[in-house]
Amino acid sequence: MRSRNAQISIAVVSLILGIMLAIQFKTTANNDNNLPARVEDVAQQLDTVTRERDALAEEVVSLREKLNNVRKNDQAMADLQDELQKSNMSAGLTAVEGAGIILTVNDIPRTLQTGEDPNSYIVHDTDLQTLVNDLKSSGAEAISINDQRITAMSEIRCASTLILVNTKRIGPPFVIKATGNPDMLESGMNIKGGWLGIMKQWGYQIQLQKAEKVQIPPYSGTIRFEYSGLPTEKEKAE
Amino acid sequence: MWLLIVFCLFIGLAIGFQMPVLLPMVLAKYMSIAILAALDSVFGGIRAYMDDGFDNTIFISGFFVNTLLAAGLAYIGDKLGAELYLAAVVVFGARIFQNLAIIRRYLVKKY
Repeated sequence: MRSRNAQISIAVVSLILGIMLAIQFKTTANNDNNLPARVEDVAQQLDTVTRERDALAEEVVSLREKLNNVRKNDQAMADLQDELQKSNMSAGLTAVEGAGIILTVNDIPRTLQTGEDPNSYIVHDTDLQTLVNDLKSSGAEAISINDQRITAMSEIRCASTLILVNTKRIGPPFVIKATGNPDMLESGMNIKGGWLGIMKQWGYQIQLQKAEKVQIPPYSGTIRFEYSGLPTEKEKAE
Repeated sequence: MWLLIVFCLFIGLAIGFQMPVLLPMVLAKYMSIAILAALDSVFGGIRAYMDDGFDNTIFISGFFVNTLLAAGLAYIGDKLGAELYLAAVVVFGARIFQNLAIIRRYLVKKY
């Protein structure tokens, strides 16, 4: 009975037992912060943190009160509000009103002959882009096309028969409103060789009128900065 | 014989410590029960070997089946909410001590 087989199987089994033991030793050594103690620790931590949070919440309430008081009294705050207002205006987030021009552009009114390309009769996105650019260079302060405010991020893009501005679809007639010095804007648009003159020559319906009071609506979307942030201190210094 | 067992045990320990395997804490409990069953099987095997009643099939099958059964029972106990692993601890613990006592008697008689 004391065969070679018996010895081999006992040897194999003790080998496996050794491996199991070693793994178990390692595991328990790694987790030697045993569970009950940890539970107590964590519970205690939770308790402390909860108390801290409550204290901080109270602080927030009192600080808010203080901030309100300061806002009421402080001149600096008023200045800041002013600055904010200006920034919003330049970003196109508030409606503006003032002297300026109203420019209406529409397609060429001729009926299409057979064999003629309709593309040569309609107002294109590039036309509007150029007109807006001309207005900007003539000193326009705020611009809208069909009540879509042109912001720093606004696109003017072709979408088959319509044009996208601020991802909103607009169609002819295009009413471009701009605030600024009316005389400057008018002469800037009617400058010799300017795009408006070229469009007139081609036969587009164009009306340009100065106005005492032009109302321009705010940008209705949201401006999000997902990838941009303020530069860090180090980069500023450079 | 003794040398062989101790030698294999050490080799196993060495392999185990070198292996990059770490059990999650949840399984460590079942592993401990399985080790208890394995220990019982090994001591039982040694006793049977000294008894001249060693059966290879019984030994090997006992080792694996007991180990898996013990771990499985502990797991089922956990799922049922009954601390079934205590039963395994008591049974295997008692048997390990019995086997050890018998082995000791043999050794005392022999030398």
